[in-house]
Amino acid sequence: MSSSTRSRWGLRTLGLGYLTLLLLAPLVMIFYKTFEHGIAPPLDAITSSDGLHALKLTLITVAIAVPLNTVFGVVCALLLVRHPGKGNTAIDATINLPFAISPIVIGLSLFLLYGTSGWLGPTFAEAGIKVLFSVPAIVLACIFVSLPFVVRETVPVLQEIGTDQELAASTLGANAWQTFWRITLPAIRWGVAYGIVLTTARVLGEFGAVTIVSGSISGQTQTLPLFVAKQFDNYNEAGFYGASILLALLALSTLLAMNFLKRKEET
Amino acid sequence: MEAHASTASAPRAGFRLPGVGAAGLGRGTVALYLSVIVLLPLAAVVSKAFADGWSGFWHQVTSPLAVSALELTVICSLIVVVVNAIFGTIIAWVLVRDEFPGKSVVNAVIDLPFALPTIVASLTLITLYGNKSPVGIDIAGTRAAVVVALLFVTLPFVVRAVQPLLLEMDREMEAAAASLGASGFTIFRRIIFPNLLPGLAAGVALAFARALGEFGSVLLFAGGLPQTMVASIFIRQQIESGNDVGASAVSVVLLIASLLLLGAVTLVQRWGSRHERSDGGGLTVMPMSGENFTEEAGDE
Repeated sequence: MSSSTRSRWGLRTLGLGYLTLLLLAPLVMIFYKTFEHGIAPPLDAITSSDGLHALKLTLITVAIAVPLNTVFGVVCALLLVRHPGKGNTAIDATINLPFAISPIVIGLSLFLLYGTSGWLGPTFAEAGIKVLFSVPAIVLACIFVSLPFVVRETVPVLQEIGTDQELAASTLGANAWQTFWRITLPAIRWGVAYGIVLTTARVLGEFGAVTIVSGSISGQTQTLPLFVAKQFDNYNEAGFYGASILLALLALSTLLAMNFLKRKEET
Repeated sequence: MEAHASTASAPRAGFRLPGVGAAGLGRGTVALYLSVIVLLPLAAVVSKAFADGWSGFWHQVTSPLAVSALELTVICSLIVVVVNAIFGTIIAWVLVRDEFPGKSVVNAVIDLPFALPTIVASLTLITLYGNKSPVGIDIAGTRAAVVVALLFVTLPFVVRAVQPLLLEMDREMEAAAASLGASGFTIFRRIIFPNLLPGLAAGVALAFARALGEFGSVLLFAGGLPQTMVASIFIRQQIESGNDVGASAVSVVLLIASLLLLGAVTLVQRWGSRHERSDGGGLTVMPMSGENFTEEAGDE
């Protein structure tokens, strides 16, 4: 065996071994533990009224946060790439913040802003809108943490496609909206879609920020990740494994979607 | 961020936000959205941290519990980024230079920690390395558990930052070095490593930022025990006990660290983009960006 073959095998063993110990083995183990006593116990846990409510709340959150951040992301990317201007540097810097800030700090920030003595808390309380420990705060937290994905995925694609086709379209008499719907959007769609997938995954699984602002009241303000934590605290194995598996399966489908979209982008 | 300024010299046409003054309107809307969603809440934290003045802030940050939480967080995060810098580079190397069956599956699995909710990550680790461990390793509730949880969630950063650089690396230099008699290690040290450094540094900075603030994956596996109280768990505990000023003060320390690390990433990217990339726009080394590979793969 030559020394280069030896080092190749050594590196392969090290790299794959590390991945197995850290990622694969725990993941396989949780699938095994969940279905150890058949499919009934985890299924019962998810279809319990609290479980179903948590699932519903999580889906509602996705349904609000993802479209908002998608529209914002596309507009913001267009602004950054096609409309250079004074505020862009500041906007660009701010967009990256949610990636680097602890989810707990994000939760705390909303907790303080919308709390009874916060800057906005009293205003909303007077208007009769319950923000904190209610759905609005959960949605706000999810929007905050998942804000950068669509922008970050769309900006490079926009830069890469250039403006030739759009120029041609407008020379031929297309108005701005026609150009956007017929030329720009189709050209950036896989980048945007990739951003949407990442946003969705993040919103589905957000725990830290939501745990601070939601109060985690069973059947009311509990999202799926909070449901998992609660079942864990209650030593309800079927409950936390069942809900975890559901989230893990969603994560795996996210991975599949990411791979599919990456390939689409390449073509 | 300067990248956007540099694109200003490029021809500026194509689709623009329609209508007269639309750019201004768009910029206003974007700025408003960012302010309401991101900046205003963060301002509330900073304001609360200094509610009792500078001395109040300092008193909270230097309280023994806060100091030990911050210390533990920084030490664990440092260990984690060093380990993941080494193994991340090895994994990236194996994924780019090695061929074996199932490689594309392994490549896809790397992103799992980004896709998997942190609370589920915590549970999967407990299942294998907790008190009911089938392999007899029980580290739940220890500092080792903090490190393992952070290793799990930060794994993709270095891999995804180094991988595109390895892909685009010119292999003739290595061949030349080898033909001149350089050993494998010398080639790595003198040729490969310097080329990977920008990506490695950016990946490490992002992983470090993530590790400093990580909460969900540490919570169940390492627990909020005194010996495993990392900064994020300390902050939550302070919120629960009604000490908003203390929670905010420690949050501000984390915020400053985040800002410094983001700044470092930007600098590293500017430094790394000396040689080519015109992909502009902030965190394009962001490991979750699929375009890193597609671009590199397509360009060559």
